[in-house]
Amino acid sequence: MSTARVSRSVIPGFGISLGFTLAYLGIIVLLPLAAAFIRTAGMSWADFVAAVASPRVVASYKLSFGASFAAAAVNCVFGLIVAWVLVRYRFPGRRILDALVDLPFALPTAVAGIALTAIYAKNGWVGQWLEPLGVKVAFTEIGVFVALTFIGLPFVVRTLQPVLEELEPELEEASATLGANRWQTISRVILPELFPALLTGFAMAFARALGEYGSVVFISGNMPMRTEITPLLIITKLEQYDYAGATAIAVVMLVVSFVMLLLINLLQKWSRRHHRL
Amino acid sequence: MASAIASTLSSHSGSAQSAPRATHDPRWVRWLLTTVALLFLAFFLLLPLAAVFTEALRRGVGAYFAAFGDPDALASIKLTLITAAIAVPANTLFGVAAAWVIAKFHFPGKSILITLIDLPFAVSPVISGLIYVLVFGLQGWLGPWLMEHDLKIIFAVPGIVLATMFVTFPFVARELIPLMQAQGADEEYAAITLGANGWQTFWRVTLPNIKWGLLYGVILCNARAMGEFGAVSVVSGHIRGETNTMPLHVEILYNEYNFVAAFAVASLLALLAIVTLVLKSLVEWRHAQAHVE
Repeated sequence: MSTARVSRSVIPGFGISLGFTLAYLGIIVLLPLAAAFIRTAGMSWADFVAAVASPRVVASYKLSFGASFAAAAVNCVFGLIVAWVLVRYRFPGRRILDALVDLPFALPTAVAGIALTAIYAKNGWVGQWLEPLGVKVAFTEIGVFVALTFIGLPFVVRTLQPVLEELEPELEEASATLGANRWQTISRVILPELFPALLTGFAMAFARALGEYGSVVFISGNMPMRTEITPLLIITKLEQYDYAGATAIAVVMLVVSFVMLLLINLLQKWSRRHHRL
Repeated sequence: MASAIASTLSSHSGSAQSAPRATHDPRWVRWLLTTVALLFLAFFLLLPLAAVFTEALRRGVGAYFAAFGDPDALASIKLTLITAAIAVPANTLFGVAAAWVIAKFHFPGKSILITLIDLPFAVSPVISGLIYVLVFGLQGWLGPWLMEHDLKIIFAVPGIVLATMFVTFPFVARELIPLMQAQGADEEYAAITLGANGWQTFWRVTLPNIKWGLLYGVILCNARAMGEFGAVSVVSGHIRGETNTMPLHVEILYNEYNFVAAFAVASLLALLAIVTLVLKSLVEWRHAQAHVE
């Protein structure tokens, strides 16, 4: 700490790097974001409510929140299993599998969208088996859920992995020595240790899913009141030149996103503190 | 993502081999969990990847390559490359400057600055495009002025570049900030004390220390820049051969039921994703090696 304080005057570049950082941040991020809030502040309250609480928009909130929540929850279960297997077990191909977990980060969302649609359409690899069972995935709410599950998986796995790796074996040894069986050790010792990270991963996957667009629009079919996600409605309004309406919905989503960001930051702090003890 | 490099470090040291039996899962549990994990990953990750290439080659190799003879497809590839060639270096420069100021100096409001840098990750891609329409669009703040001077940003290439810069904004900074904070300022302090100037210190001391993290951030930034869909879709205007990036061209072909061509262009993006994952793993591995030495 003390050297850094002294070095403030010694290491050069403070002014120019801070100036560039703030200017670039301001021009690329803050100013455009402010435009959304300023534009909406110019709307009357009645217009704002009419734009953000019309039945079609409310239906999209329900789908976006519901499908995002379900996808994040499913990712918690399978993400935990995947992270556990990748960290604890050794088997051939483990490193390839580990690298593959990041595919949803690396694969452009539009590509994921058309690929998932091809798989789950009624003549697709998976769709043809579900069709006789009366289960339709493509162009339904389930399709939205499938796309959001794909998008969210790495968030849960990558949040859990470092925590699992740092989990001290002594904890499990102590638990076993004290007579706990394996299941008791997992449910009473390991899972509580993982909980903050699991919650963080859930929140990150959920937040990402709320705003997701590319992977969803192809598989959802975009039927009004049924399979329209909220980001799609923003695009729809823009195409109708309803800039005020689009911006109002965007502001609602931005507020939700910022609350989620704050929550995730708090969760990460909690998680870090939890593991330092 | 930021912790990925850190996590590879510890995976090399941690070994469960020597632990006593009581802390091991029974064999059937191992088998069950491994099978569930493999099936889940195969189902959700491998299947879509395989589908891209299968659909692209459905009508044979000839039809696949014919898709790239289309001048509009070539124009979309060119635009994607141009966009990444501007957005990635700009955000790299920003990432280095931001990490430098945050890691090497003390100033008030630092944690707020770090949070603000992360903001674009929290914003929906669609909104990332919309906010630029609000600033530069015809009805936006600068719209009338731009029109007077015959400048076009929205529904033109500059808008696409700006929206891409926004969505890829945090990638490099976010990799470098924790890395440089952990390294502290002692080595730079020593270099300066020994008579090096600022640039010498940066090129000879700081850069060698952060090169793997920097490369890692650039790789991820590039993948997102080339693959961005939602934000670019809002500002592009979808003019064939002019303002379509590869992901937008995929959408147009797909909506025209030209599936083979759509998946053919998509397969290039999927290849980019695979190359990204391979490079990312290599960098993690190299970084871990460098740390062990």
